[in-house]
Amino acid sequence: MNETPISRGFRSWRQEQIPKNRVPPGQYVTTDFPVLSAGPTPQTKLEDWNFALELGASPLGSWNWAEFESLPQTTIKIDIHCVTKWSKLDTTWQGVTFDDLLNTVGLAKPPAPYVMAHCDGGYTTNIPVADLIGGKGMIVTRYESLPISPAHGGPARVLVPHLYFWKSAKWVRSLRFMEQDQRGFWESLGYHNYGDPWKEQRYDGD
Amino acid sequence: MTVTETATQPTPRLVWQLAQVREIVVETYRVKSLMLHVTNWQGHLPGQHVDLRLTAESGYQAQRSYSIASPPEDDLLTLTVERVEGGEVSPYLVDDLRAGDQFELRGPIGCYFVWTVATHGPLWLLAGGSGIAPLMAMLRHRARRKVRAPALLLYSSRSLGDVIYREELDMMARVDPDLRVVDILTRKQPETWMGHRGRIDKVLLAEAGFPPKQNPKIFVCGPTPFVEDISRFLVELGHDPLAIKTERFGPSGG
Repeated sequence: MNETPISRGFRSWRQEQIPKNRVPPGQYVTTDFPVLSAGPTPQTKLEDWNFALELGASPLGSWNWAEFESLPQTTIKIDIHCVTKWSKLDTTWQGVTFDDLLNTVGLAKPPAPYVMAHCDGGYTTNIPVADLIGGKGMIVTRYESLPISPAHGGPARVLVPHLYFWKSAKWVRSLRFMEQDQRGFWESLGYHNYGDPWKEQRYDGD
Repeated sequence: MTVTETATQPTPRLVWQLAQVREIVVETYRVKSLMLHVTNWQGHLPGQHVDLRLTAESGYQAQRSYSIASPPEDDLLTLTVERVEGGEVSPYLVDDLRAGDQFELRGPIGCYFVWTVATHGPLWLLAGGSGIAPLMAMLRHRARRKVRAPALLLYSSRSLGDVIYREELDMMARVDPDLRVVDILTRKQPETWMGHRGRIDKVLLAEAGFPPKQNPKIFVCGPTPFVEDISRFLVELGHDPLAIKTERFGPSGG
């Protein structure tokens, strides 16, 4: 399109006070926490919960809730960006970094370049390992110091805040290493394979 | 729900297109439908949405997503917008926009919350407030194609004055014996109201709904607490979680 039409009478009044470098293009800041999920919220009990790191069919490590809680804990304060346009600033999460998971299972370096996150309810999402190492990715179990509610992904969800938030998969139960990149749930349904909010990679082809 | 395939070559980008408002329909005191002409619209599936972009004279831009309420069979694309108080975009769309105005949109988006007449099994729709919009695209599509697969809409509104598409839904249900429309009013009911009062509960879902053994395709759209409650009730009643597709909105947005 050659010319962007001006929306007569439309003014920005809400977002002007927010620093531009905090909000990616096309996003707006919200103070509440919207819920976006493709189906019913799974209600997984902590006693039935476990989490695994897998390479192919073989587990590299597996933890029940108590074991996972005893892993080294990291707290991070970070902005999050949902592909449905809202961004939320200064959210605080606690959990286990991907680096600490690798350390715990005795891996000096990741065994493959991609992972697929597998979740209760069948949801999947693919993430390059490079976007998880170096403190960039976590499995989180606390939001603002409290257990994460089921609607927001509890007991545990992925956190990769520098990508659109659908990559921070709710109800995660395993991370499976892959030699080749494969597309997860939304990535197979028209959403971008990588999802960098600063490049506005919302949909396939962006 | 697992959809996994090998990463493929990039597809063409969804480009921003010019949409012109041809007609505005006042649906309720805070909801309007915008009927849009989009020159090179490639068509859509019932349930999909678009991204809409407004540009201020200062160059500031705001984007929001809106469900498409019109069926693929219609020439004009209809978006039904509820004014969110304190919102940045919806008050502009509802109060300031006039026929002839233009803005940008791109889409269609979303290939999961979708139903067409090719889908087998009974269709069960559950709407809360303006969550009716994408479900209306499905019902209109079904009506245009004169499909007689059984369909049921449970539609929860605050009051009679909040019911969107009321006359059209009444008419659809009158001429189509295979479509049932059940209105639920949660906050205020007329004295003569014979329908359901209060929130949709498990009893109503069990009594009015399709039983799990009929394998209905279920679509739930509305505010987050509405969708959370109903989808949980449906799972507890024995419906397959993978047969329940949901879209949640609010309390932010706008």
